[in-house]
Amino acid sequence: MKIAVQTEDFDLSRETRRLCAGRKDVGATVSFTGLVRDMSADASLLALELEHYPGMTEKALGDIGNEARQRWDISDLTIIHRVGRLQPGDNIVLVITASAHRREAFEACEFLMDYLKTRAPFWKKEITRDGESWVASRHSDADAAERWQHND
Amino acid sequence: MARILYFASLREQLDCASETLDVANIETLGALKQSLAERGGAWQAAFSSPVGLLSSVNQQMATDAAAIANQDEIAFFPPVTGG
Repeated sequence: MKIAVQTEDFDLSRETRRLCAGRKDVGATVSFTGLVRDMSADASLLALELEHYPGMTEKALGDIGNEARQRWDISDLTIIHRVGRLQPGDNIVLVITASAHRREAFEACEFLMDYLKTRAPFWKKEITRDGESWVASRHSDADAAERWQHND
Repeated sequence: MARILYFASLREQLDCASETLDVANIETLGALKQSLAERGGAWQAAFSSPVGLLSSVNQQMATDAAAIANQDEIAFFPPVTGG
């Protein structure tokens, strides 16, 4: 399991190759890449500042990864989340799951993203032409995470 | 001494990123919040009716009933918005 919190960009194909290197049990990989999106009405987003809680963030991502491995039969997984100042269109988060079968890989990947959004200590601040503001948490994210608790 | 950390909008609101505090006489996270609220001003606003305020003890999410002690790392922060 690879967990990384970093300022640098990531490369999906390199990370996928690394995840599967030397393995013969992987029949499927599923990846999710999140990008910085300008959600303002007037396209005024200049940058996004990503703050995190060093130490706890890595621990929380590791816990989420371990929970996914308990719930689905996945061979391995990678979670990379960027921090610092990002521009619209930049990569922000990458989750890759590898499994013998696609269904496990799809579900685990979706679960990881839903849990990451509500449990890992990251905070986004939008820097726009009009000033700065912290992004508010969304009920839809909490709902998405909660549905996995009724899924067994 | 316990180490107390504040993140994101809360850090800006309090103008404080971290501090060390003697919590020998404070038994729970809830009691610590109460004591921080008694500082008045922005502290009172943040901790007296802490709707949506999250907290952790030694890097694990924790609720008001959590026991705290000196040597603990305690953090307060707003709801998370990563991903």
